[in-house]
Amino acid sequence: MRITCPICGERDRREFYYKGAAVALARPDPDAGPEVWDEYLHLRANPAGETRELWYHEAGCSAWLVVTRNTVTHAVLGAELAASVKGAGA
Amino acid sequence: MAELIPKSPCAGLLALTIGGMTASEVDAGMDAGVMTSLVPFRGREKAMSDALKAAHGMGFPAPGRATGRAGARAIWFGQGQALLQGPAPDASLGEYGSLTDQSDAWAVVRLEGKGVRDVLARLVPLDLRPGAFRRGHTARTDLAHMMASLTRVGENAFQIMVFRSMAETLVHDLKTAMEGVGARG
Repeated sequence: MRITCPICGERDRREFYYKGAAVALARPDPDAGPEVWDEYLHLRANPAGETRELWYHEAGCSAWLVVTRNTVTHAVLGAELAASVKGAGA
Repeated sequence: MAELIPKSPCAGLLALTIGGMTASEVDAGMDAGVMTSLVPFRGREKAMSDALKAAHGMGFPAPGRATGRAGARAIWFGQGQALLQGPAPDASLGEYGSLTDQSDAWAVVRLEGKGVRDVLARLVPLDLRPGAFRRGHTARTDLAHMMASLTRVGENAFQIMVFRSMAETLVHDLKTAMEGVGARG
């Protein structure tokens, strides 16, 4: 499995650390209410198909990435810097 | 009072010569000079690069590249970060970013000789063929589970850096790989 880091280029999976669903980037407001926070903290979709995840290029440039991956085919479809995704308000 | 004896990270471990290849220590206190991490403040990357060029003769390296030459190198060292190896950093650099002394923090090894690419092929998941990883190219990567910095400094020469605490593991893994490649003739 290879991930193309926007900074380092195509690298082996062993350089990366898996964090979880990229939903973690969309942190609710502090006063959003218990249901919203419960969903943010605990409820995750388990899609058969494309999913967006946070990966950390731990042994490489140390950037956090949002990786788009297909859980059925295992294809890695792309990666972008989490900082630019969050900066864009996604 | 105890008398402290300064030791380099690979003291007593290197140099090694196996199969015509040599692994030797680049001692921060001596050959490598001072090592300083340079982290430009946001928006001051260009100013830092200009100051680096004026003071030490090399620009701030792009990702995956090292600038300068033996004795005074700037090595890309991760996102928004470079390592100045050799000269003590000029005070002007401090205006444009954070400077941190790293001289004692890293074990620095020079691996040289015909066949070293085969040795590294056993340790790092990178394409190190000359077309893909030329002299002046560098990478942060995984070397036998250690976070490493790898720079091509010659046709058959690489500089390898790992955390100082991992010096003995690095030498052990290098020795095993060098013996394996050396035994194949």
